[in-house]
Amino acid sequence: MTHTLLFGYYLRMALASLRRNLLLTSLMVVAIGVGIGAAMTTLTVFMVLTNDPLPDRSERVFHPRLDAQDMSGYAPGGEPHDLLTRLDAEQLLREKRGVRQAMMYAGFSVIELDQGDDMPFRQRIRYTSSDFFPMFGVPLQHGQPWSAADDEARARVVVIGADLNQRVFNGGNSVGKLLRINGEQFRVIGVAAPWHPQPTFYDLNREGGFAEADQLFLPFSTSRALRMGFAGNLDCWGEVDKEEGQLGLNSSCAWVQYWVELASAQDAADFRAYLENHSSQQRQNGRYQRPVNVRLDNIPQWLDYKRVVPSDVRLQTWLAFGFLFICLLNTTGLLLAKFLRRAPEIGLRRALGAPRSAVFQQCLVEAGLIGIAGGAFGLLLAWCGLWLVRQQAVGYAALAGMEAGTLFGTFLLALVASLAAAAFPAWRACLVAPASQLKSL
Amino acid sequence: MDISLVLAALRRHKIIASLVVLEIAFTCAVICNAGFLIAERIERVQRPSGLAEDSLLRLQLSAAKRGDQDALAQTRTDLAALRAIPGVQSATVVSQIPYGDSSSNSGVNLRQDQDAPTLDASVYLASPEALPTLGLSLVAGRDFSAQDYIDWQPGTAPGEINIPTAIITQATADRLFPQGNAVGRQFYSWGSQPTQVVGVVERLTRPSETDDPSSMEYSMIFPVSVPYTSGANFLVRTQPGQRDNVLEQATAALRESGPPRIFGLNNGSIESLRDRYYRNDKAMAWLLALICVSLLVITVAGIVGLASFWVQQRTRAIGIRRALGATRVQILRYFQTENLLLTLGGSLLGALLAVALNLLLMQFYEVPRLPAAYLLLGLAVLVPLGQLAILQPALKASRMEPATATRSA
Repeated sequence: MTHTLLFGYYLRMALASLRRNLLLTSLMVVAIGVGIGAAMTTLTVFMVLTNDPLPDRSERVFHPRLDAQDMSGYAPGGEPHDLLTRLDAEQLLREKRGVRQAMMYAGFSVIELDQGDDMPFRQRIRYTSSDFFPMFGVPLQHGQPWSAADDEARARVVVIGADLNQRVFNGGNSVGKLLRINGEQFRVIGVAAPWHPQPTFYDLNREGGFAEADQLFLPFSTSRALRMGFAGNLDCWGEVDKEEGQLGLNSSCAWVQYWVELASAQDAADFRAYLENHSSQQRQNGRYQRPVNVRLDNIPQWLDYKRVVPSDVRLQTWLAFGFLFICLLNTTGLLLAKFLRRAPEIGLRRALGAPRSAVFQQCLVEAGLIGIAGGAFGLLLAWCGLWLVRQQAVGYAALAGMEAGTLFGTFLLALVASLAAAAFPAWRACLVAPASQLKSL
Repeated sequence: MDISLVLAALRRHKIIASLVVLEIAFTCAVICNAGFLIAERIERVQRPSGLAEDSLLRLQLSAAKRGDQDALAQTRTDLAALRAIPGVQSATVVSQIPYGDSSSNSGVNLRQDQDAPTLDASVYLASPEALPTLGLSLVAGRDFSAQDYIDWQPGTAPGEINIPTAIITQATADRLFPQGNAVGRQFYSWGSQPTQVVGVVERLTRPSETDDPSSMEYSMIFPVSVPYTSGANFLVRTQPGQRDNVLEQATAALRESGPPRIFGLNNGSIESLRDRYYRNDKAMAWLLALICVSLLVITVAGIVGLASFWVQQRTRAIGIRRALGATRVQILRYFQTENLLLTLGGSLLGALLAVALNLLLMQFYEVPRLPAAYLLLGLAVLVPLGQLAILQPALKASRMEPATATRSA
């Protein structure tokens, strides 16, 4: 009870003290606000970029890499190519050493609408194998994903995304409807619910992993049987298939994205051993020239290796926190000046029996008020800052919004920062000797 | 002005004085580094591509249906339609362009049996009229002649066809043939036969960055006519000021000159592509500038706040000094000297911190070493600003009457 009473008293004292020198008070509020605003803006962007796209399984979904290239450009200890050759990917897929596994690549196709006189349009397309949907947890609104048997049979089936379903079929259950892609008819077997992992860890080629969601999925095997178009990175080093070209099964080209889900993160060592074994076999039969060099990254490791957070954004975040630090240094100086100016008053209170802790607490209450006001101002600035970020034409920009967490975090940071800035001045203030200052009153 | 007097007074306010010095030092360290980073970005954004950027349009098309036409013949029809538009000076088709999305590179060897290529250059496949359309300036040799051009055959793999003639950039020529006289010399890149250099252009940058900034201008042009279906770019050079008019007409002309096709999403001026390409650099430069300005404002405001506090605290001392015969100018000079000492000390400490910060940044980011000149940036900005900040409080102090000053104590 006395505590709340005392707190109320400190609060009134603090308000009176802050009002006494409005210029100094607003200077401190602005300094903390600007620092907090900058820090929260960059921190929000940083959090967006470090988002875990599959939080329930990112630790046990892995991306294997094999060093299949020839010796030109070889450097010992170098990183293997990001992508697999089609031959390796198809073998790993066949051998099914993970719980689930899928190979994939991207391309563009032309979709023609049968009804109406709408122009044909280009659609980005993902060619993959059946495990893609359960492995990545793609939710389906209607129908089901295609099966391994469909992969085998090169079935002409597609899974479409919610947006494409809306655009082409006006939404609804479109399972069984036909879609004309590159002049061929495909049957819709499933309609996905909105699904958009960000960053799109399985394909970081566009917008650094923050491009729009995939809307059209089609079996890998079918896409190669129909020689459908490719879009992505492709590196070739040796023989190229005479008939199918660079994307042919026997071409020495790396272009296939491959992911595997293991039962637990602990199974990684076994799977890595399996990859090493595969590599040494390929070396023995003369297909691989380089020493065995494999990698197995789970999603967080892969995103880290691919530097999904641009170095500019990291630098920005560091700078903003450095800026906040300087703002706090500034506030510390001003608070020190302010508290010491009240030394006579503090000396009088001490002489009248106020313990040091009371002086300390009172100083902190005053600083806390400045912190809350600074937090409010910082929130406004962060809101403006994030609005500016969203105006940028980068993929992740649209995600940089203010959430409840940001709101809470801003005030917490402001409060902690202002109290940290006030700790030293408050300590100096409570060192004022009771009597020394009375003389000068 | 007696500096020892100022120092003696500062010694009595050690803590506040060192806080000011620290704040100035950190501000200085950030400003030196940020200023350097801004300058770097500006230099990058202003880097010339070699193109006549202000009068160039780029258009991309893709086929709606596959394989129902002779794409190369259609490309020539399209080019003729583009050239017929009033306001068009010339038009061509190239496989890639600076600021574009795609880039093809190839190793360049001087001997066929070389272990590692001498350099890696970007490969531009260009149809006739490429040099005048792109606005490249020939510094040696000649442009391609009609018989140099090769038609791209469907199904050929890039890198496998023989290229008898090529035009290379000055930077490529300097690296390949340091003794000069690149024209007439040979190198190996595509195919198994040598390629002869027929001309050297001053500059043509790669489509996009590579890890090695010094290789940015390693490009070569092969006289190969590519079909529009390969993702190639129609480039149209317009008369000055005609660019925006021509864009509409060019789109219409392409629509009429062939079967229904799909237009690229980023068709427009090269300048718009350039803006897109450098948008992150510009945003970063603005952000850094904003941080610098805010830091300076906060620091100056802090100096003003502390100075006013000091003046108030020393009212009595000032009054006594005035009563003992100190002039107003002397009081003014006193505060100015004090401020000068603080900002000088802060900036010098800041220069050290700036070097430390730069070394730290170099460990984690691709940041070059801070040139020594930038260490003076903080000094050059903060000392005058400090003097500006102190002026008002110092003037206020100097205006104090000796009598009022003593009375109020």
